[in-house]
Amino acid sequence: MSGLESPAARTLAPVATPIVRGASRARAARSADAIEAARLALLRDLQLAFRKRSQLIQPLAFFAMVTLLFPLAVSPELSRLRELAPGVLWVGALLASLLALEFLFRDDAYDGTLEQYALSGQPLTALMFAKTLAHWLLTGLPLALMAPLAALSLGVGPAALPGIVAAVAIGSVTLSLIGSIGASLTLGIKRSGALLSLLTLPLSLPVLIFGARATQLAIHGAPYGAPLELLGALAVLGITLAPFAAAAAVRISLE
Amino acid sequence: MRAFFDMGGYAAFVWPAYAVTLAVIGLNIVSARRALARAREQARRRLQIQGEAR
Amino acid sequence: MAWTWFHRLASPPHVYALAARLTPWFAWPAALCIAAGLWGGLVLAPPDYQQGDGFRILYVHAPSAWMSLMVYMTMAIAAAIGLIWRMKVAHAVAASCAPIGASFTFAALVTGALWGEPMWGTYWEWDPRLTSELVLLFLYLGYMGLRAGIEDPQRADRASAVLAIVGVVNVPIIHYSVTWWNSLHQAPSVMRLAKPAMPFAMVAPLLLMLLGFTLLFVALLLTRLRSEVLARERSASWIREVVSA
Repeated sequence: MSGLESPAARTLAPVATPIVRGASRARAARSADAIEAARLALLRDLQLAFRKRSQLIQPLAFFAMVTLLFPLAVSPELSRLRELAPGVLWVGALLASLLALEFLFRDDAYDGTLEQYALSGQPLTALMFAKTLAHWLLTGLPLALMAPLAALSLGVGPAALPGIVAAVAIGSVTLSLIGSIGASLTLGIKRSGALLSLLTLPLSLPVLIFGARATQLAIHGAPYGAPLELLGALAVLGITLAPFAAAAAVRISLE
Repeated sequence: MRAFFDMGGYAAFVWPAYAVTLAVIGLNIVSARRALARAREQARRRLQIQGEAR
Repeated sequence: MAWTWFHRLASPPHVYALAARLTPWFAWPAALCIAAGLWGGLVLAPPDYQQGDGFRILYVHAPSAWMSLMVYMTMAIAAAIGLIWRMKVAHAVAASCAPIGASFTFAALVTGALWGEPMWGTYWEWDPRLTSELVLLFLYLGYMGLRAGIEDPQRADRASAVLAIVGVVNVPIIHYSVTWWNSLHQAPSVMRLAKPAMPFAMVAPLLLMLLGFTLLFVALLLTRLRSEVLARERSASWIREVVSA
């Protein structure tokens, strides 16, 4: 991947495959192209993000701040904090993930990469999926790994931690997907932060409800499989539908 | 008559509820009519400007 | 042949004229139904066995809640039609629905809270239906905010259409999750009245109000539709005749 002059141009390269005989082979070749293009888009996003590592820390720092706010605002008593912990963790994760949405499309919209993606002839849906996956790897997954620390600070016992990591990891997938729809809809709008929250938060409520419930059950040592499975179902639904909606929204915004 | 207004003791809840709903209906009607009047005025003005531009 | 009327519905001047002609046919029956419903609900219907006269809030709460959902569905379907078939008129319908739906969602919330206080002892109980209504209000506000935020009218139409469709897919999911969440905490619901058969005198005003509100929605929609259609037609010649009339 080193020496890559124009990653966007690279997404065009797979289009120039030699003509193959047979419709199914052409289809197979096209899906292979799409997967290759998506892989390139994913790698590009990850590379670019690592060049600005400070931006990656910001949502995590915000999450830590929010976790700090609640004991100060409520009470230092661990037993009380433990009761609040599911709510605090999930509201914090939700808000942090909202903050991170800014990075999803902003730079690409400004430098024309997004237009290149739309014009490249590759299915925009696949490229949106790749971008959202990159976003999750860069924000959702780190949040899931940070959540145990926040939970411990709120008096949660170590036995609950694996459940918390699982819930936040799966839930944040859906949050990234829903966020990608909101971000692509508000692409052209200046200072769209509040509007983006207004659009994204109502759609994220099921994730919040099931995630907080899973966390609560984990903290009490009860089996948390059911809400976790529901979170998984939401994630699968999101993966199937969201990139398609985001691609449609991007095309509309670029018109 | 008094009993009607009293609503079995629930007057403080029933009447405001009806008042709010009727207010919403009223505001909708007024707002829709005003929007139409405004749209017609704006269309008229647009036509005027286009007429002058010719 | 059957498709001619459908194609004519795509023509703004035709829709404008049709809307103007049809409005009174919905507005006056609406007024009649609502007046009759108010009379039936406030005067004729007997007090409820458990809730006394307080249950009469049902006659404004239920139609408002019905409006909030029905209008959202209409908005989403119109938006989808506009997006798929690229019909300006469909987008105009969707745009017209939003303020109507949002205001009735607000009415449903307020009347629901006012019903809650005497019944539960508190104005807000996070009852699943009221909570879902609150989320629906935010969905409306988001839709209207997105429309207002995008300057180009065509882009605003299409982007908000995507949002409306995403929202309508989410509404059942949100409602299910809120109901599930609420059942964990077992809050009672006041919306259920004494179940064994509601006497006709109680049901009839409710049906009249539901019908009246629906007719009112159509009348309001047709009026707003005319404004939206006018705004979308920049320089069409048919406007000249309409505006100077």
